Amino acid sequence: MTDRARAAQVATRTGPVGADIMANRAVRGAADIARGAGPARHYSWLMARDPLLSVTEKGIYCPEGDFFIDPWAPVPRALITHGHADHARPGHAAYLATRAAAPVMRHRLGEIALDTVGYGEARTIGGVTVSFHPAGHVPGSAQIRVERGGEVWVVSGDYKTVPDGLSEPFEPVKCHAFVSECTFGLPVFKWADQAEVMGEVNRWWAGNRAAGRFTLLGAYALGKAQRLLSGLDPGIGPILTHGAVEATNAVMRAQGIALPETVQVTPEIDLKAHAGALVLAPPSALAGPWARRFRPASTGFASGWMALRGVRRRRAADRGFVLSDHADWAGLNAAIAATGAEKVLVTHGYTSVFRRWLESRGYDATIVETEFEGESLEAGEGAA
Amino acid sequence: MKRFARLFTSLDQTTRTTAKVDALAAYFSEAPAADRLWTIALLSGRRPRRAVTTTRLREWAAERAGLPLWLFEECYPVVGDLAETIALVLPPAASASKATLAERMAEIRALATVDEPERKARILNAWDSLDGTERFLFNKLITGGFRVGVSQKLMTRALAQATGQDEAELAHRLMGDWRPETTSYHALIEAPDPAADLSRPYPFYLAYQLEDGPEGLGAPEDWLAEHKWDGIRGQLIVRGAEHFVWSRGEELMTDRFPELAAARDFLPPGTVLDGEILAWAGDRPLAFNALQKRLGRKSVPRKLLEEAPVVLKAYDLLEEGGADTRALPFAERRARLEALLADLPAGLPLRLSPLIAFDTWDSLAETRAASRGLGAEGVMLKRRASPYLAGRKKGDWWKWKVDPLSVDAVMVYAQAGHGRRANLYTDFTFAVWDGAALVPFTKAYSGLTDAEFRQITAWVRKNTLQRFGPVRQVTPQHVFEIAFEGIQESSRHKSGLALRFPRMARWRHDKPAAEANTLDDLRLLLQRYG
Repeated sequence: MTDRARAAQVATRTGPVGADIMANRAVRGAADIARGAGPARHYSWLMARDPLLSVTEKGIYCPEGDFFIDPWAPVPRALITHGHADHARPGHAAYLATRAAAPVMRHRLGEIALDTVGYGEARTIGGVTVSFHPAGHVPGSAQIRVERGGEVWVVSGDYKTVPDGLSEPFEPVKCHAFVSECTFGLPVFKWADQAEVMGEVNRWWAGNRAAGRFTLLGAYALGKAQRLLSGLDPGIGPILTHGAVEATNAVMRAQGIALPETVQVTPEIDLKAHAGALVLAPPSALAGPWARRFRPASTGFASGWMALRGVRRRRAADRGFVLSDHADWAGLNAAIAATGAEKVLVTHGYTSVFRRWLESRGYDATIVETEFEGESLEAGEGAA
Repeated sequence: MKRFARLFTSLDQTTRTTAKVDALAAYFSEAPAADRLWTIALLSGRRPRRAVTTTRLREWAAERAGLPLWLFEECYPVVGDLAETIALVLPPAASASKATLAERMAEIRALATVDEPERKARILNAWDSLDGTERFLFNKLITGGFRVGVSQKLMTRALAQATGQDEAELAHRLMGDWRPETTSYHALIEAPDPAADLSRPYPFYLAYQLEDGPEGLGAPEDWLAEHKWDGIRGQLIVRGAEHFVWSRGEELMTDRFPELAAARDFLPPGTVLDGEILAWAGDRPLAFNALQKRLGRKSVPRKLLEEAPVVLKAYDLLEEGGADTRALPFAERRARLEALLADLPAGLPLRLSPLIAFDTWDSLAETRAASRGLGAEGVMLKRRASPYLAGRKKGDWWKWKVDPLSVDAVMVYAQAGHGRRANLYTDFTFAVWDGAALVPFTKAYSGLTDAEFRQITAWVRKNTLQRFGPVRQVTPQHVFEIAFEGIQESSRHKSGLALRFPRMARWRHDKPAAEANTLDDLRLLLQRYG
């Protein structure tokens, strides 16, 4: 069965439009429970016409444009919000992304058939118009707007609403239906000002250097690492990088993003000459033998999850810095309100709680099952 | 309170012992005396009682944060800690409080004396003047759940470092029944040791677990062996005309064991014994749950006294004729203990824990293997020449437990952990087969590595059949070997059984659920060892 046919079938199975709201609620509740038990991948959004977007086995699909957005299985045509591994996967026949996202995607995915657009530039694909708008998640990241005769849907991918000084700042896009993540969709998540957090990081580094220690900072190699770099005070000491971080640095520098000077760690590196350095590496590298050469050292992680003491302690790191490339509770709520959408589809994170919250605020809210991962708690996983 | 919050943050931010001791020592050198006293009290487990129910706190916090209660309740299991959840959801403080720790503690104690509307007003007021860590600590203190990753030993070492006083003497001063409300820093730490404090116990010496055999311990003749009893560790003090019974957790338990009052009539003043308190009948201990019934009550009804009489099996002598004997070699202390207890009447609830005669490690191994039949859980090995030290020290005292009992069981329910284990499924319920049905019989929380907990957590998320609040029923698929120390009948459990110290010995990836043990297998163990 083609994806188009499958989507149509799903739309039929989902039932008539305007069904009793209470009945819908019951169905959604049951779906929530069933999600754990078995495959319940097929959802469609109940709209008066055929839905503009729906989810198939392969990803978020637009039947009228015959394309997918951030698909997780190989497809003929993929529109990509950003270069993280859970959104930009290998194997698609054709890719479309922003010009700013392209270098990192080429670096990560190799030889791909990649077409690019600028932010805000409209493209017609089949019967729909698409455009990309800044999502503020990492440099080059985008929300994808899909329009058909005045009906607008926006797939936001991953996003954050506060500017980080590096990524193109988030722009709210008016729409009827908004597809949103909710990685940190609980009111316990409130991000402090970035300048304040970077002040903490720099003080920690300076203290370590004064005490004759290395500073090992774990952060995802694409995005978070560069955001930290741009906030570090190079006056404190040298900055060393893991190969995975340095590779992304090189890609971003080549596209004109200014980053402080870094030195990649190699087997030949003279660590005495870099005493008191800050070492920036993916969390997985800090847990392994790679990091053992830096002794003595103080270890820290930068992630939204560090807001929770239990998570901080489980990582057994000396310090946890609360810094995320995803929106916090207030950010999610503000972003959704700014779209003016009545319908919100939540893709990943605390979906069942967040959906219920949105519903209590008067939104028509649905969970869609995707394979997006959000900000991973664990070292070595691809998403961030 | 700011200074205390800074101390807490530095303790919380490091896993290095020396950094913790340094942070504490710095605090003890500069904090006001009243704050120092409260810090010592809190770090030695002397917490104030809970001043308000957690139900009210949840309601007030949700109300103050402008959230529906259900949403607050959804946050709690994710954070894994109520005090932290409240601290996180509340809006930023409107003002900054300058109250010291001691002043804040006085306010918290006063909460118990006012009516609920006033209590609520005071708590909301405090929330509005505290931010971040201070707010979290305040919540921990009013819910009675304050804990920090610092042992009393570390705290004592830091206090010694800050005051220049002897660590062992400080450890002794910090023992016993003092309360921060009724003493002062000076009286507790600096004043001449009040010899009047007759009740003060000695710090317990704790044994290490012997993982491999005893062969590595050297010549058998350097060692003395006893049975390892499965009761509670107790210190019996007879001084002046009084007697006191202390638990290892430094709880004064004198009134819980009225039988032991007989010690006053038969032991000379200035005697301190270390031993095991056991519910005992005839020549062997009763099951641990008999003793547990006694532990649960502050005063003991006559019927329970008859059903579960206790004895103290003494195995060490810490004070004789008012003199501290802890520096003497164990063999010498043991000889004096035997002499002291030699002429006691037979019916007295005060017995010597007998030595096990052995001349080779092999013969001791045989005795150990037979332990369970005697109601013991293994053997204790103590070096003849060893002094009585404070705390858990490696080298001279070893517990060599019998291998645990074990069954293979199927995981049927999972629940997320708290605190450090929030976000991980770590608390599991296990079942065995009863015909075609799975009967839950125990819970277990420990024994897996962090990596295994992460793996099982990912699996639980994908294999949930039903949710009951925070508990998830999962597909009965994974088999775990459950190890435990004892098995008893229990009318409180559906299976009719209760296990002692159950834990996950390993994850049996090799075993399908159908091959797990049966309820009949468990009943057989109950017959043999219950």
